[in-house]
Amino acid sequence: MLPIENYLFLGLALFIIGVVGVITRRNVIVVLMSIELILNAVNINLVAFSRLYGDVAGQVFALFIIADAAAEAAVGLGIIIAFFRNRETVLEDEMDLLKW
Amino acid sequence: MLDNVLFYFFAGLAVASAVLTVTRRNAVHSAIFLITALLATAGIFLQLRAEFLFIVQIILYVGGIMVLFVFVIMLVNLDVAVRQIQFARQKWVALVVALALAAQVGLMFWSSGKMPGQGLPVQTAVAADKLLPNSEELAKSLFSTYLLPFEIASVLLLVAMIGAVVMAKKRTYRSDASD
Repeated sequence: MLPIENYLFLGLALFIIGVVGVITRRNVIVVLMSIELILNAVNINLVAFSRLYGDVAGQVFALFIIADAAAEAAVGLGIIIAFFRNRETVLEDEMDLLKW
Repeated sequence: MLDNVLFYFFAGLAVASAVLTVTRRNAVHSAIFLITALLATAGIFLQLRAEFLFIVQIILYVGGIMVLFVFVIMLVNLDVAVRQIQFARQKWVALVVALALAAQVGLMFWSSGKMPGQGLPVQTAVAADKLLPNSEELAKSLFSTYLLPFEIASVLLLVAMIGAVVMAKKRTYRSDASD
């Protein structure tokens, strides 16, 4: 394994790309994809530290995060379908029903 | 040597396809580049000798979640969406947030280099066979130490399944439903 900093920088790069995607994109589906990228960045860090310390707990937590990501994607995409049926849009700045 | 080559190949692939994911106009192209990024992450897991997570990543993420994404992209009206503006006017907010995150981590590395003994505690990894056989070790930990979180995760998945079905169900208004 390479020094841990390499993995941390890779995780940081993916995390920042994901955050920029969440902030800048208008399409809600792409925003959800960016959230998946963020969760993946966290998983890389967990697995890298698990390998560094020889402790399997990091991989167990990565498994839980993957399960969480699946649940989040299912519910999020269900909400998007329900919203698209009502409002005929997937752009998040047109979702302004609760806006003042 | 092989470790280095594999890591830099998969890391470069992951970062490049992540950038393409958030910059492509077409949501289908974004989904395809996200699949590449997730596969590259799976390669990183394999390079870290986490074989079980490598398989789970491919089966669950690439085979499950991404199929769900592509289905939803197909269901919502794509032709209209491609012709609209894809980026909100929040470039400066994004830049500030990204710089703040990078500065935080840069500060961490800087301070760990400056002050000996306060940086990252262990610098050299343990022997590669400490976590082998990987699936067996993972299962032992998952079903003994982390049994309660495992059960809670199953409840979470059940709730998410019911929630997704309720959300995506077509509402039918019957005339005899007077409540």
